[in-house]
Amino acid sequence: MEEKENIAVTPDSVLSPVDGEKTPVDGALSPETEQSANGGKQNFNDNLHGENLTERAKALSPAATVAKRFFRSKLSVIGLVTLILLFLFAFIGPLFSPWGETEVDKNPENIAVVYDMRAFTYTVDGQTYSSVSETERFPDTNILGGISGEHWMGTDNSGYDIFTRLMYGGRVSLTIGFVVVFLETLIGVVLGGIAGYFGKWVDGVIMRIVDLLSCIPTIPLMLILGAALDGLGMGNSIMKLYIIMAVLCLIGWVGTARLVRGQILSLREQEFMLAAKCSGLSTGKKIFKHLLPNVIPQLIVSMTLGLGSVILMEATLGFLGIGAPLSTATWGNMINCSSQSRFRQYYPNMWIGSGICITLAILAFNFVGDGLRDAFDPKMKR
Amino acid sequence: MVKYIVKRLLLSVFIMFGVSFIIYFIIRLMPMDYIDTAFAPQLNNGTLKPEDLQRIKEQYGLADSSFLGIINGYFGWLGNFLRGDMGISFKYGDKVEDIILENIGISFGISFVSLIFELIIAIPLGVKCAVNQYGKLDYTATVVCMTLTAFPTFFLGNLFIKWFAEDLGWFPVYGLQSPNMPVTASGFQIFGDMLWHLVLPMIVLVMLNVGSYMRYQRTNTLEVLSADYIRTARAKGLSEGKVVYKHVFRNTMIPLVTVMASTLPMLFGGAMITETVFGIPGIGKITYDALSVGDIPLAMGYNMFIAILTVIGILLSDIMYAVVDPRVKLGK
Repeated sequence: MEEKENIAVTPDSVLSPVDGEKTPVDGALSPETEQSANGGKQNFNDNLHGENLTERAKALSPAATVAKRFFRSKLSVIGLVTLILLFLFAFIGPLFSPWGETEVDKNPENIAVVYDMRAFTYTVDGQTYSSVSETERFPDTNILGGISGEHWMGTDNSGYDIFTRLMYGGRVSLTIGFVVVFLETLIGVVLGGIAGYFGKWVDGVIMRIVDLLSCIPTIPLMLILGAALDGLGMGNSIMKLYIIMAVLCLIGWVGTARLVRGQILSLREQEFMLAAKCSGLSTGKKIFKHLLPNVIPQLIVSMTLGLGSVILMEATLGFLGIGAPLSTATWGNMINCSSQSRFRQYYPNMWIGSGICITLAILAFNFVGDGLRDAFDPKMKR
Repeated sequence: MVKYIVKRLLLSVFIMFGVSFIIYFIIRLMPMDYIDTAFAPQLNNGTLKPEDLQRIKEQYGLADSSFLGIINGYFGWLGNFLRGDMGISFKYGDKVEDIILENIGISFGISFVSLIFELIIAIPLGVKCAVNQYGKLDYTATVVCMTLTAFPTFFLGNLFIKWFAEDLGWFPVYGLQSPNMPVTASGFQIFGDMLWHLVLPMIVLVMLNVGSYMRYQRTNTLEVLSADYIRTARAKGLSEGKVVYKHVFRNTMIPLVTVMASTLPMLFGGAMITETVFGIPGIGKITYDALSVGDIPLAMGYNMFIAILTVIGILLSDIMYAVVDPRVKLGK
């Protein structure tokens, strides 16, 4: 197991913009050369010659250093801005929308004839023809309406305004991520911390549970669970999504636990822990005051990246039709219709919007997470 | 080394036991009994008596839904499983092991070919980006890769189906075989037709996965580039090309080999969502269809199959790590 952790895939990215400080050194790219080349005004860390003591004296606090480094990277800023916009869109947006989440447009002026189209091919005398058949329908609600001033992205097959539902959908999709990631991290920190601190058989038991849980295939499990909850009569309530997400938390903490345990294993051998022991601190204090704060940077990064993956998970659940009931707007539910070829082909306005929102949210969380990782990394001197 | 492997195998047995129990337990929570629904018409018209139904349920250990009943059912299943009998799928009415074996070929083919393409693109690109760190190429490639990785499978898949299959008509929309294929088609034609159906799914898979490999390779290369032996290589006056391809590139293969070993479940387990979106009857789609109706034997069989692959994958990656890197010693 130990060996495995060392090679855990670390999706890196050391992408921060060049900021005009080009490296004029020859091809050699070892960190040392880069450092001295970058040296100077921008980064006090590089000013190691002691010439500018006053400047070193007013060194920034760690948090300010991290913030400064974070905002220097263009990608992190783009990610952060995207996230803020998405949150505003989801939480403030509906206040300005004339339509409700499940409000059906019954204004007769808006209602248009709906054509149900079906493409088919047939073969006559070895020659293949393709054709489209159309059926006219006169609904009493404005279903599948096109893009108009009234409905910016049209209406869906129930007559709901798609643009408004996109905003409401963001509420569920974005908030559920925070809850899940918070719970996962909580369980992971506690169990990983215990395993790493106490070692021996405690560690053995917890890590075997971790091994076991990480062998459970997620999507099949969720499909089974979805079917089971449908059977229990929860098919039409949002509880189903909550329960599935809770189960996800129960198996999702293993990554955090591994991370925390690994960090604590290396930290507890260090001198400051010996000092803590000598001053007679209680175990709880040692863990929560001295060990855990040292893990927080990695935790923040993994939480940020985790937010993206929970959004993806919710979307996958919605797409597979096992998440929230379809009348509830979530981004996953809205993209669900893309599996029916009629909606996919003729009504892209119904699903492309939510797809873009999901992708943007995941991308933004990844950008921010990557930026934070680089900002926290003391070895990064850029 | 042998001791280590034996220890790990024993651990794997424990893991298998735990995984199978958890999954079995959750499946049994489904009150929707597949058997009841499946045989409802026969029950109604009297061809099947309630006693027969009860007998079928008992045969599968499904008659008793109390906690003890579930435990009993589990051990019944486990006994059969250990004897190599995974039961008969409710949905397909065929032996589970046969279903898995029959449908695994196409899934493996897709995953394997995509993996090859992913590596062909990702490895050189990753090395190139690392060598020109913070260069224009590095910047663009990283942003593009992150963007592609952020796409949900089903979104990208459906976008491609809409654009390239439905709107432009370049590729078929669904399935593995054209419906208007003449009966007299030669094997070669059928194979070509199949490949034509597989182009889109494979492009989607490559696009989604290439990013993580590329970024992984880039990190590795950066790490190796800062190693002492690379400085030595440069110091003895080797050309940059030689340094990169002989000294850096080869050493980046060490972590990559171990990652390859852990892709095992992905290779054989089928890309469930991609297969479902494109309607490819691989193992992923077959089980997807079965799982959602509560086909217990197939669900258990498939999940065990995946769990075994995962365990083997982890074990293999540990062993590979020791094999390719002489500095690593297993089993402290």
